[in-house]
Amino acid sequence: MRGAWLPLLVLAALAVAPLAGFSASYEMTLMARAMILAMAAVSLSFLVGGAGLVSLGHAASVGVGAYAVAILDANGFTDAVQVLPVAIAAAAIFALLTGAIAIRTSGVHFIMITLAFGQMAFFTASSLSAYGGDDGYTLYARTEVAGARLLENRLAFHYICLSLLAASWALASMLLASRFGRVLRAARENAQRAEAVGFAPYPYRLVGYVIAGAMGGVAGVLLANATEFVSPAMISWQRSGELLFMVILGGVGRLWGAILGALVFVGLETWLAELTPHWKMIFGPLLVVSVIALRGGLAGLVAPRHG
Amino acid sequence: MAEPLLALRDLRKHYGGLAVTDGVTLDVLPGEIHAIIGPNGAGKTTLIHEITGLVAPDAGRVVFAGRDVTRLSLPRRARAGLARSFQITSLVAGFSALENVALAAQARAGSSFRFFRPAASERALNDAALAALTEVGLADRAAVPAGALSHGEKRALEIAIALATKPRLLLLDEPLAGAGPEETERLIALLTRLKAAYTILLVEHDMQAVFALADRISVLVYGRVIATGTVAAIRANPEVRAAYLGEDDA
Repeated sequence: MRGAWLPLLVLAALAVAPLAGFSASYEMTLMARAMILAMAAVSLSFLVGGAGLVSLGHAASVGVGAYAVAILDANGFTDAVQVLPVAIAAAAIFALLTGAIAIRTSGVHFIMITLAFGQMAFFTASSLSAYGGDDGYTLYARTEVAGARLLENRLAFHYICLSLLAASWALASMLLASRFGRVLRAARENAQRAEAVGFAPYPYRLVGYVIAGAMGGVAGVLLANATEFVSPAMISWQRSGELLFMVILGGVGRLWGAILGALVFVGLETWLAELTPHWKMIFGPLLVVSVIALRGGLAGLVAPRHG
Repeated sequence: MAEPLLALRDLRKHYGGLAVTDGVTLDVLPGEIHAIIGPNGAGKTTLIHEITGLVAPDAGRVVFAGRDVTRLSLPRRARAGLARSFQITSLVAGFSALENVALAAQARAGSSFRFFRPAASERALNDAALAALTEVGLADRAAVPAGALSHGEKRALEIAIALATKPRLLLLDEPLAGAGPEETERLIALLTRLKAAYTILLVEHDMQAVFALADRISVLVYGRVIATGTVAAIRANPEVRAAYLGEDDA
């Protein structure tokens, strides 16, 4: 875990930020958004860096979680006790069904198939006229926690996002270090070697894909609550691309790279948008340059090479 | 005659019009080192792939330990006890030597759908891995990333990985390929030691090594086994000499 002090420092900074003066509404909103996207990016990094499955449809998992919140909300189910399990199950089942097909392919084909499934989810969401269709759906209120309106409290929401982000990182790290993760990592580097000692990669990859999908679903629940709004834009391939970008920017070889990548991405995006309305003309080239200049991503700056 | 551990029955494989495996029938008996030799293009690699499950034969059967495995995949054959090394070294370069072998040990030690405990701290796996590394003389290199080992060490690591799967048959595809004279000597000494404990099917170009190690030899030419016999019989076989060893040789 060389270099892990940096993400720990970042998490600690996020923990004290609201107490240290960064408690204005827009600051809290920004941090929550960054933490939630970081959580989604960590689950994607588990897939990309751990299992070698480069998905360009990961936003769909997040979207399934978010839409679970919206659909349950519209039907009067607003407690996390109901919402969270349903959202996790929905995202996991979505990942299971799409992964069962996608994982039969590899490389560019896998990327294209995950993209296609992501777009299918996008158009499905767009056609859900009962839940706003293209325009999206505004929640009546944030999800309750065992009857308490805990998430309405900005500070509580902040710490819930932070805890779940830390938990996602810990969970993904634990999985990659386990027997299961060892098979995933071996199959990523040399599938033939894994097969020759007796491991067919497919079931391991599929389980990994489902776990990452479920984690994405949790991020989706939080994202829906952060904005109190759900729309197909959450599922668009651009969003999947952004998540993948956060992973690459942070460094593919390390899970916590995704946390740095997401925070830097959201930070830059916000800062540049304040400077100029043409911020995307700066943001785009900046991202390109950063990927070329930082071969191991941001994580590679702190802890070069694998360890 | 003892029941063969591995029996190939009339295996056939065509690539277009080319018969790469042309009716191969062959027995590997328990406890023997059976070598397959043959000139380049004889179809040795394809035959190995058919035995291990990377290539499906067009016709014929592969029977391993009395069980027809012709249609089983590579991982399932590996779990049945058929271990192979690769002609071109195939390791997980980013794993340490120990973790490469521990991965193989893990395949033999219960389910790998275990999600919580760090695999690197499992004593039983590490002990098994270290034992296999010790057997091939790599114990002191356990912590080195496989990608950073010397060529000869990589060849030995391949064998350690195969051993850690507790194989009933070791299939070694040119274990000496690319090794220098000193490394070759060390690897031959290793194979000689393994000979006592394992049944081995050896594909190898190095004739001296084959003659020194093998109990029996099968000669493969253009996809056909033209002769099977003891070292002495093969060396004396005029057909083999014509096809392979060269008339002037020995």
